[in-house]
Order: sequence, then C-alpha cells, then structure tokens
Amino acid sequence: MTDEPEPWEDAWSDEDTTPPKIEAALREMLATRHHESHAFVPARVLNSVVIVDREYRGEIENRLQRVGRFHPSRRILCAVSEGRQTVDATVQIGTSQFAGPGHIAVGRERITLQIGPKHLQALDSIVDPLLVPDLATMVWAPHGHAEGVDALRRLAQIVLLDSQDELTVGGGFARSADLAGEAYVVDLAWLRSTPWRERVAAAFDPPPERARLASIASVTVRHREDSLAAAVLFCGWLSSRLGWKPGSLSRASGRLTGRARAKRGEVKFTLEAADQNAPGLAGVTIETASGEAVSLDRAPGGLRSLRRARDGSERSWTVLGASRGEAGILGEGVRQALLRDPTYAPALRCARVLVS
Amino acid sequence: MADVAVAQRDEENPLVEGLERLPVPGTTLAIFGATGDLARRKLLPAIYNLAHEGALPERFNLVGISRREQSDEEFRAFARESIEEFSRRESEPQVLEGLLERLSYIGCSFDDEGGYGKLSAALDGLEDGQPLNRAFYLSTAPEYFGVITSALEQAGLNARRGCDVRVIIEKPFGTDLESARELQSIVAGAFREEQVFRIDHYLGKETVQNVMAFRFANYMFEPLWNRNYIDHIQITAAEDLGIGTRAGYYDSSGALRDLVENHMLQLLTLVCMEPPASFEADKVRDEKVKVLQAITPPTPEEVARTTVRAQYTSGVSGGEDVPGYLEEADVPGDSETETYAALRLEVHNWRWAGVPIVLRTGKRLARKVTEIAVALKPVPHLAFQSHGSVGVQPNQLILTMQPNEGVSLSLGAKIPGSRMRIRPVNMEFLYGAAFMSQSPEAYERLILDAMRGDATLFTRNDEVDAQWSIIDPILKAWREGEPAMATYAAGSPGPEEAVALIGEGRRWRGL
Repeated sequence: MTDEPEPWEDAWSDEDTTPPKIEAALREMLATRHHESHAFVPARVLNSVVIVDREYRGEIENRLQRVGRFHPSRRILCAVSEGRQTVDATVQIGTSQFAGPGHIAVGRERITLQIGPKHLQALDSIVDPLLVPDLATMVWAPHGHAEGVDALRRLAQIVLLDSQDELTVGGGFARSADLAGEAYVVDLAWLRSTPWRERVAAAFDPPPERARLASIASVTVRHREDSLAAAVLFCGWLSSRLGWKPGSLSRASGRLTGRARAKRGEVKFTLEAADQNAPGLAGVTIETASGEAVSLDRAPGGLRSLRRARDGSERSWTVLGASRGEAGILGEGVRQALLRDPTYAPALRCARVLVS
Repeated sequence: MADVAVAQRDEENPLVEGLERLPVPGTTLAIFGATGDLARRKLLPAIYNLAHEGALPERFNLVGISRREQSDEEFRAFARESIEEFSRRESEPQVLEGLLERLSYIGCSFDDEGGYGKLSAALDGLEDGQPLNRAFYLSTAPEYFGVITSALEQAGLNARRGCDVRVIIEKPFGTDLESARELQSIVAGAFREEQVFRIDHYLGKETVQNVMAFRFANYMFEPLWNRNYIDHIQITAAEDLGIGTRAGYYDSSGALRDLVENHMLQLLTLVCMEPPASFEADKVRDEKVKVLQAITPPTPEEVARTTVRAQYTSGVSGGEDVPGYLEEADVPGDSETETYAALRLEVHNWRWAGVPIVLRTGKRLARKVTEIAVALKPVPHLAFQSHGSVGVQPNQLILTMQPNEGVSLSLGAKIPGSRMRIRPVNMEFLYGAAFMSQSPEAYERLILDAMRGDATLFTRNDEVDAQWSIIDPILKAWREGEPAMATYAAGSPGPEEAVALIGEGRRWRGL
C-alpha cells in the first residue's frame, strides 16, 4: 500500500457534439482534477492542432507520443473520415507521472475530433473555442489536408510541415513560402539538415578555415532519394549565408547540377541520390578552388569527417553523435516551434531559385 | 591576397547565425582525479552526453590522470561503467565506443614531475602535428589545486602558441580568505585570469540561470526591485537528508563553507545585481562583484548578533527515527561543525540599503527546498476591514529552484460573500508545465562553455575573494565560540535561535 497518487486519466466523449459542449466538458474536468489534487498542473507549452486521415491516426499518435512527454501541450487531433457529416469528440486529461510528495504532475490534455472533409473549410470555427488563449498554436497536417490548414491560418502562429511531402520539392517550397507569410514555418526537411549545417559551420570556424569560405568552388550533397528537399535547402543555406546568387538546377546522368555566382567566381552544386536507411542527407563535400576539401559522411556512431589539404594529403576523424531518427526530428520540430530560426527563410528563397 | 585573408579572419563566421549549437574548437581535456567520485558520477557521464548530442568537437581527446596505476583499457572500463550507471540517457553503443577510443590514462602522483613529462608527451602525441586547445580539469582534493597548477607551469603546459590552454578548478577555492588568496597567488603565477575557470556547478543549472531571465526579461518587476518596495529577502537551501557517507568531507567543511560561501552568495548576487549592459562574461561578473563588495564583512560583535550556527540532534525525518549529527558514522563525538547556518546580511548600495537579506541552509531539515523569497512591504493604507479573515498580507514573490522550479506570487483576494474580506492566494507558474524538454546537466553546459572559452558561468578571482571576505570573519568568530552552537531536532524547520535573526515583525517561510 502506498500513499503516492497513481497516474490517472479522466475521459469524456460525445457524439454529434458541438465545440461549446466540448469546451465546457474540458473546463469542468480541469477544475475537478485541480480541486482534487493540487499536484496537478495543466500543460501549458502550446496548443497543437494535428489534422490526420482517420485510418492513419494511430501511427501519428505513436509518433507524437514520444514527443509529447517532453512537450506538454493541449493537443487537438482532428481525424478526417470520408463521408462523415457530424463531429464526435473525446476529451482525455491525465498524467503519466507519479506525483511524489512535494512534486507536481504535469497533465496532458488530448481532444480528439472525428470530422468529415466538409468540416475542413471551416475548421477554425470548431477548433477556436478549444484553444488555450494566449498560448502559441501550432498546426501540423502530415497527410495533406491543405484546406484544413488554410482554414486555421488565422489561429496558427506556427505551421509544422515537411516540404518533402508535396508532389514536387518545388511545390513543397512554394507551400512553405506561402504559409510563411502569416505564420512561422518549421520545416522537418530543414531540420534533417541541421547536424550537417552545424558541422560545416564548425569546420570553417577556426579563423584560418573561415578565410577559405570565400574560395569555395563546389558543393556536393548526397541524400536519400526521398530527401531532396533537405539537400536543396542545405545548398540554399550556404548560398544565403555566403551571399551566392544561385541559378536553377538541372538533371543529367541521374544527378542534379547547377551553379551559383559568388564574389570570386562560380560555385558548382551537385546533388546525388544515395542508398541509406534513414531519411535525410548521406554526405556533404565542399571543395575550394585550390583543391582543399571538407567532407562529411554518415558513419557508425556519428559522421566521418575528412579534410583534404592543398597537397592532396588527407586526415579523417569521426564526429561523435547519435542519430536522432525521425522521432527525434519531429521532437525537434515541436521544440523549434517555440524558437525562431532567422536563417530558414533566406535559405528557402535560394532553394526556390535552385528548383525553379 | 594576404590582406583579404586577414580581413576575413576578423569577420564573424557567417555560417554560425541561427545555429543553436555553436562550434567548439578541437580540444584535449585532461582530468586530474579522473577516477574520483566527481569524475565517475558527473564528469564522464556529462562528456558522454555531449558526445551523444554531437556537441563535442570533431577533434576531441580525454586524458585521465590519477594516482592509481592502471592501463588505458582499465580506465576505459571504469569510464564505461560510470557512464552506464550515471548518464541521464541510455548510452548508444557506437557513440560510447567512439568516445572510449579517445580516452587514455596516466597514473601518477600529482606532485610527481615525471608524470607531467608523460602528460606533455601524451598531449603532443594526440595532436598529430595539428595543435589542439588544452583544458586541464582539476577534479581533485582541494589541497592539490596549487600543486597541479604550479606543476603544469613548470612543465611548460600552461601556454601553447597558436591555441588556448585553460584550467578548470573545482570548488572549494580555498577554505578561508587566507588560503583562497594563497591559492590564487599560485594559480596567478601559472595562468592568466582569462585562462582560469573556477567551477561553481550551481551556476550551470538551468534553474539558477532562470533567476537572471526572470529579472531581466520581465519589465514588470524592475520598478519594484529596490528598497522602496521590498521589505526583506530570504534565501533558503534546505536539505531533508543528513550527511550520508560524506562525514569526512562535511565535518571539515560545515554548512557555511559547503553552501553559503559559494552557492548561496551566488544566488544573492543574481537577485541583487544591477542589469548588466550585456551578457558577456566580464559584464555579468562585474555586476556580481559589485554586490559582494557592497556587503560589509561583519565585526565579531555583529557575527554574534547576525548569525546562527547549529547542529541537528536525533529526531524524526520522513517518518523514520534518525540519529543526530554527533551520532552519525565517522563524525567525531566532539565535533564543532555546524550542519545549519543562518546569516543576516545587507547590501550597502542605493538600491538595497536597509533591506535585510537572510540566508539559511541546513541538513536534516523538515523538507528539501531551494528558493528565494522576496517579501514586499505592506500596503500603506488599508481600506478594507480585516475582521473575520486573516487579512491583507504583504505580497511575496517566490523563485523556487527545487524541487518544483517556478515562480509564485502571493496576492490578496476577496473571499466570496457579502463582506469585503481578504485572504492571500497564490498565483503560480511552474517551469515544468511550460518546458518539459530534458535539461542538460550543469556539468555538460560548464564543460562545453570552458572548451569554448565562455566564462560567464564561472567565478572570477575577485568574486571568490569578495565571497571569502564576507565569510571569513564569520568563520573566525565561530571558531572563537560566538555565537554558541545551537541545536535543532532532525526533521524540524531549524533552531529556535534563527527565529529572532530575521527581525521583528518578519518570519521565516515555513519549511
């Protein structure tokens, strides 16, 4: 027998319901729970609104489950089913933590709405009453549902997307740029390039190396077939940070090539598909006009870093680091929702030119 | 051509903008005391976590140095065990193996000249012709800090052309003012101040850094943050546990040296400092030193009046009978070491003159809590009747560091009903409800900062000196028996003698 409060969950559900009924139920459940236990603290990081196809809902919930533990938010999951005419709702509030004496139990609030396609165009009128006022609202629609996202534009401060998910990479970038007019966009394709950007920045950080940024002559990016967006964004990032003027990429011999105009001459881009299990980049090679090179490739336990000197001599090291995996990327995406990366928008602008 | 290269060297790295993880120069970290408890529980797991996150530089090596004779392989096995037991995250086999490959070991006595020759050769051997920065981490018993820094200088390891050499020194930096100055003189003879990183791991905690964020990122509190509105400030660092297995260390240290001289005075500086012009290391530390220097060291008479020292006696803690301090294993039966210390200090400057700042810390108190309570003055005129209620209490702003990090503000609110009766209510904010991401351990942040040369969260020499200048007269008076050692029952809120310390009309917050 222990006096420690157990993890718990309260639930409420209603068929053919309305937003005011759901909101009233949620308010009452929170008040009751708080009255019963002062250890309970409602989660207040952000409102996250997720629009999914009903049949793939479980997969998305599993992905969010691993993220949610570290990001207590009010989550509103809109599961869309073909032909549905009414709104059914389930509300769950609870905690998975033991609240030991003197400790708090951060709650989770989950609202699941069963909706039909007809509800998407006015989704804001359903979701708005359910949001915690004054918290940032993030919208993510991993199965498309652009209509629903557009309906939520007036409510959303952050849109989480994956520019790789559209039919074409150019289309993905265009959608991101369009949404960025009203909200802060967190692009999972961009986050897949983060460790590579960090390591390239580190490679050129010592002052003697920094001076070599001006003499970069070629950039080769190796990527998984379905991660072209991350590769183009990486090139867009280098272009925007280093003041290059990129031109369009063109396909030849199974790879994409293109050029950018830099202060001292031209920089050649090559984007090659590579076999690898994880989505994202597989490697990056940056060469200077005088034959020096910095190369990074995936390796067990991190990245293999290779430096080639002007005389052709080579040195290599392993940069230690565990792979974040797609769950880690999504977690990072949710975390980034509360930060602001000023370098994405300029990189996206250059990336759009590259795929134009 | 050469001019262009020079101009670009002076420029910022344009690729760093927007990145959360800033580049760390290639470094060899040499840990003295690498088989000790701190290395085992904190340093090696922290280094693993940095590796796991990809935060270590690509060229990174770790050399362990301890008296114990053992091979590189034995040291790696020790490191593996400590990481697997104490890391905040499960280790990833390939990252762990990659890290362990970069570990090597030198067994030598810290005063053995030959050992430093071996260390020098080992460091050169790891560089493969390309110089690396060097950081010497002194995680040893304090008596070796001076020995090691001098030996590093004599071996020519205190500087290296074209790269940065740093020394990271654990606490305590001295045991009183004289020993701290003596140690500083030795350290200054070997390293320039900008090479010296004195650790107070408290400053690496997110919770402590949040004190600065709270004060300087919220406009609403600054107008109130002075003697006109604040009545007094209480800083508490209470432990519910006893000394455990640390009798050897604790009995020679005591509560005043263990917590007040460093952690609690650091909290005091963060609460009382002026806003720095920027968050550069020296700008922040300049402001902190000004606060410490504005506290007049107490005279012996003032020590007797404004401090309380006490030892716990047997009592009940968490429902269990527990022994008193003198009955704890390995504590001498006639020990005069305090397990509780309370002080009343004043910061003599324009902002704080006349505002008592009371500090208390102790073992085996009623509960574990670290907090700063800022008590505001009562309202000047009360229009409401207080009859039939507890009445209007002065507002209190509480910054809690542990166990539940957050901020709470007590407010007066009307009790529902036909009469205008007021009682205090709490408005609470808990960081745990707003940020749930796993915070890095303090040592992860501090090791990375030291490798990057960012000294903001490290204690500067004049800070240490100012801290000891306040504490030293108290230590001396206590050695003379003033005030007398008080007692408190284990599991209680502390000694009765502390009640008067806070001043008439005020009371300690409940524990």
